[in-house]
Amino acid sequence: MNYALESLIKIAIVLGAVITAVAYTVLAERKVSAFIQNRLGPNRVGPWGLLQPLADGIKFITKEDVIPNHVNKAIYVAAPAVILIPALMGFAVVPFGDVIIVMGQKVELVIANVDIGILYVLALSSLGVYGIVLGGWASNNKYALMGGVRACAQMISYELSLGLSLIGVLMISGTLRLTDVVNLQASTTFLGFLPGWFVFSQPVACILFIVSVFAETNRLPFDLPEAEQELVAGYHAEYSSMKFAMFFMAEYAHMITASALIASLFFGGWHLPGIDPADDSLGVSLLKVLVFSVKTAFFLFVFIWVRWTVPRFRYDQVMRLGWKVLLPIALANVFITGLVLTLTR
Amino acid sequence: MSVPISYYLLLSAILFTIGVAGVLTRRNVIVIFMCIELMLNAVNLTFVAFARQLGQGDGQVFVFFVMAVAAAEVAVGLAIIIALFRNRETIDVGEVNLLKW
Amino acid sequence: METVVFFALAALAVGCALLLVLFRNPVYSALSLVGTLFSVAGLFVLLDAHFLAAVQIIVYAGAIMVLFLFVIMLLNLGSADPLDAIPGRFRQWAVIFLSAILVAHIGWMSLRHMRGGPIENEALATSNVPYIGKLLYTDFLLPFEITSLILLVALIGVVVLVKRESSKAS
Repeated sequence: MNYALESLIKIAIVLGAVITAVAYTVLAERKVSAFIQNRLGPNRVGPWGLLQPLADGIKFITKEDVIPNHVNKAIYVAAPAVILIPALMGFAVVPFGDVIIVMGQKVELVIANVDIGILYVLALSSLGVYGIVLGGWASNNKYALMGGVRACAQMISYELSLGLSLIGVLMISGTLRLTDVVNLQASTTFLGFLPGWFVFSQPVACILFIVSVFAETNRLPFDLPEAEQELVAGYHAEYSSMKFAMFFMAEYAHMITASALIASLFFGGWHLPGIDPADDSLGVSLLKVLVFSVKTAFFLFVFIWVRWTVPRFRYDQVMRLGWKVLLPIALANVFITGLVLTLTR
Repeated sequence: MSVPISYYLLLSAILFTIGVAGVLTRRNVIVIFMCIELMLNAVNLTFVAFARQLGQGDGQVFVFFVMAVAAAEVAVGLAIIIALFRNRETIDVGEVNLLKW
Repeated sequence: METVVFFALAALAVGCALLLVLFRNPVYSALSLVGTLFSVAGLFVLLDAHFLAAVQIIVYAGAIMVLFLFVIMLLNLGSADPLDAIPGRFRQWAVIFLSAILVAHIGWMSLRHMRGGPIENEALATSNVPYIGKLLYTDFLLPFEITSLILLVALIGVVVLVKRESSKAS
């Protein structure tokens, strides 16, 4: 019973944090893009535009929700939920801190410390395909369908290099549990002076993972499925108000989960080189959570920064990159990592 | 008290039988294919139940192989269906009877 | 607690399987099959096969069913069409009757003979992934390699089957 209560509290805190983060990531995107483009961005609603997400939320909720006549109603209404759920569920295995001592008990700061953590993450990224293809199909619009199918083809192609890049990390850490992966990074060093973060021992895998995660979340330079709106129509062409908002929220939630994963798998999660990982007083535990949040925020900033800097790929370039470039590099990385590990252990 | 293995076997028998009924009754070749996948899943469940019952990992490894082969089979089967559709413009198994006199 | 979860998952599995067979629209059938796959994955977790549950979601629900959905949508089979006219009362009732006999027989056999609790294997239940990995690469190495060959052959076969004959202007 105690465990259930503890989990419920953790879920409530994490969900609250992620949904607030989604709202403020939208604001951050608008502000960062504005500064990159030498303008100011939203700054009227609240100081520095900090209440803008509230205004956006009110707008979305009060807009008229139109369900066109020609759509397949059940799936049309379900598709935004189907895409939002895996995006939010990804946070269940991410360790956002080490342990915290609350009322004399040690509480692990991760919602579900399953022994198949990395596989769980891969499973959720495979499920993210459904919302898009169902949304595109339910709209009964051939352009939405083609947009949805292209988005899915892109996502399933990049799932391969996503999984294979993680195998390098898996071989070194020897475990699928994300808490163990972060603990290993916190407690070892690379070449004696650098912290044992996997970005140093697996740089190629890190770059592959970041590129694949850009493609998985449909962010520029891989956002052809959304950019088609400018040309013809995308998979969410027939959606309005709250359902469209859910598609948007799902994309940002996916970005946040992806940034959290990059931070945990390659950049040490909650570890900062000066802090002793075994120290679990309250102040240090909260500092570790803060370090994790800062790293996640930094990768979110990288997502936004890349979007407004780089032009987008064409569909055939995306497919070529996924299958002919990233997949062989990922396989070579697995092979070389295996070779090095056999020779040095 | 954990669930006895016979419950799992009965459940997988029910799933398998529903799959067989689907293969025998439906005429859409893709739905027939999906019922075959349902039968494979029922068999996977039996293997894993026995793996737990006998305390050996062999059942689970076999399920792994069944899943890999099922993936290959689905890919090839759907390719055949697409080729069939391109030539015949139908996916009704009642219509695909060229080899009958 | 485990019994409650088992019955819930079992009901979901059987319900979705029935919907798979009964829906006329193939997209709804595919989605019901996804529901069945999820409940079978849940049952795998109950049987301490964590790795297989994750692989089931990744491979079956995440790749195979997406492939099915693609083919259904691209061949534009979304509408309920007369393709699925009920084949005839006699065949339906015969199928239901024979299915009932099959289930009753297997159920009776398993309930009568499968007594006794499971043989405990701590390593398999708690550290499932390393145990399966070790088995795969030692006892089952040959089938593993042959499976990779099967997948390669399937890959090539699919590309060959779906290739359109190149026209003169290609």
